[in-house]
Amino acid sequence: MSLRIIVLAKQVPDTRNVGKDAMKADGTVNRAALPAIFNPEDLNALEQALRLKDAHPGATVTLLTMGPGRAAEIIREGLYRGADGGFLLTDRAFAGADTLATSYALSMAIRKIKEYDIILCGRQAIDGDTAQVGPQVAEKLGLNQVTYAEDIFNVKDGKVTVKRRLERGIEIVEAPLPIVVTVNGSAPDCRPRNAKLVQKYKHAKTVTEKQEATADYLELFSTRPYLNLQEWSVADVNADVKQCGLSGSPTKVKRIENVIFQAKESKTLLPTDGAIDELMKELIANHTIG
Amino acid sequence: MNNIFVYCEIEDGIVADVSLELLTKGRSLANTLGCKLEAVAAGHKLESVGKQVFPYGVDVLHVFDDARLFPYTSLPHTSVLVNLFKEEQPQIAFMGATSIGRDLGPRVSSALGSGLTADCTSLEIGNHEERKENKIYENLLYQIRPAFGGNIVATIINPDCRPQMATVREGVMKKEIVDPAYKGETKTYDVSKFVNDTDFVVKVIERHIEKSKTNIKGSPIIIGGGYGVGSKENFKLLHDLAAVIGGEVGASRAAVDAGFCEHDRQIGQTGVTVRPKLYIACGISGQIQHIAGMQESSIIISVNNDPAAPINTIADYVITGTVEEVIPKMIKYYKQNTK
Repeated sequence: MSLRIIVLAKQVPDTRNVGKDAMKADGTVNRAALPAIFNPEDLNALEQALRLKDAHPGATVTLLTMGPGRAAEIIREGLYRGADGGFLLTDRAFAGADTLATSYALSMAIRKIKEYDIILCGRQAIDGDTAQVGPQVAEKLGLNQVTYAEDIFNVKDGKVTVKRRLERGIEIVEAPLPIVVTVNGSAPDCRPRNAKLVQKYKHAKTVTEKQEATADYLELFSTRPYLNLQEWSVADVNADVKQCGLSGSPTKVKRIENVIFQAKESKTLLPTDGAIDELMKELIANHTIG
Repeated sequence: MNNIFVYCEIEDGIVADVSLELLTKGRSLANTLGCKLEAVAAGHKLESVGKQVFPYGVDVLHVFDDARLFPYTSLPHTSVLVNLFKEEQPQIAFMGATSIGRDLGPRVSSALGSGLTADCTSLEIGNHEERKENKIYENLLYQIRPAFGGNIVATIINPDCRPQMATVREGVMKKEIVDPAYKGETKTYDVSKFVNDTDFVVKVIERHIEKSKTNIKGSPIIIGGGYGVGSKENFKLLHDLAAVIGGEVGASRAAVDAGFCEHDRQIGQTGVTVRPKLYIACGISGQIQHIAGMQESSIIISVNNDPAAPINTIADYVITGTVEEVIPKMIKYYKQNTK
């Protein structure tokens, strides 16, 4: 039996490089100023999937992402690196989802994909840092989970051996398939795009994107079926619309504030012997040190 | 019924600091709400857990003692909490934002269909008015956390689903004994009534957990180093100063990412939160994510050759200079003045 792997990946704003124009005057986040990227730890997960594919000939890697139409880029990025296919879950009814509603939607899409042995995803996404979606997808599917994976050694006899990187140590666990594994940022980086695969898939498009494609390419989509990326709506994955998006989210954002720190009146010193001598005397005298 | 529950993390029979910090917070919220504080201990050899947690104001301790519950694995601990919560109907449930709490919390919240907010930095009780439905929700848990890389702070609520769940990192809340003689009740459970044998499918083959080597959280003096320190070698100067004046060395995320300092010394939203008597920030520019983890220090000294470094606005003393010239002088004059 060949191994069937699903990788959950998210397109996120690059919060690591937040510039001064990232916040609007009203205190909300200016998403337009932040580039949309492949969530870093999801790339670590993709690499683990591709390594399993390398080690198990015949294995397949399928990407699943949820987001607006432009998130189709995530599937292409996966194809460029060696994934076999992917699905974009996109529907206005998915908007405003918290982690629970997101997990519900993803779990319904995975049920539609139906056949899988390992579901991989990054430990957490950098726009929320919650690390909740992996375990919640596992729970919704009634599957076991292994979080904080750094290395997936061995898949044999329906079992997988995983090295976990914990805060203060490591753990090696063995668990039966099928399973959800969330991958840590300490796992190996993802391989770069493969030039041949970029050539092969650069025109891969979803139905929505095809509407904007120039006429020259339209013929390609019938002659090369692998260029057609699948888009799924709430109805396509048989999801209950009440459990999706904002209405399916138990958590609500009550308030968003900018971070402002209380400025203090500070004393400025030059790094001279005299000034530092005085400072140390003062700190010793008021028992801050010594 | 409808009390506040805290899941306690236990290693070698010792309750983790993060759990005691959550009990402290839970006690104060329970006083505000007029409800009880309850603790859950799941593991093995838990005889001394009561002694450890009752002084923090725990009214009821739920004990699930079974050799198979240690070390932690996801499914059995999830079953313990899910089934206990179904019986007890807590209004609030907390756990540490640790590798255990962040594995367990989402699974429990998904099973109960309740909301969970990760990495809260503040927890308060307040009301919420839903204008559309003209409805007022009283005494909700405000789960306050940074978002978008620390650039904004969001207040999250769970109006309709219970329990309201939150995780908090170690060191964010203060740990405080309310009464060394506090009297609580212990309830011991038959684990097999809560956990199916089929839950024990994950085998832990190997496990190396180190005791935390550093104790920056408890240190009254912290020398924090940032990317501006420049190198691992220059970080030695910080360690020298710490050794002389009796402090610990901490670091910003940028310094840890650059390999200047070990990860367990990281201070900030993604590291530990510290409140020392004295914080000496060396070559730290002062990103929000770092400042959030040390702003409550009593005295802050910033050593930075950039007079416009953002951290200077919250510092009591700003020394405009490089780490290489300032730190050796601090060592020299400390020694001279304490002779």
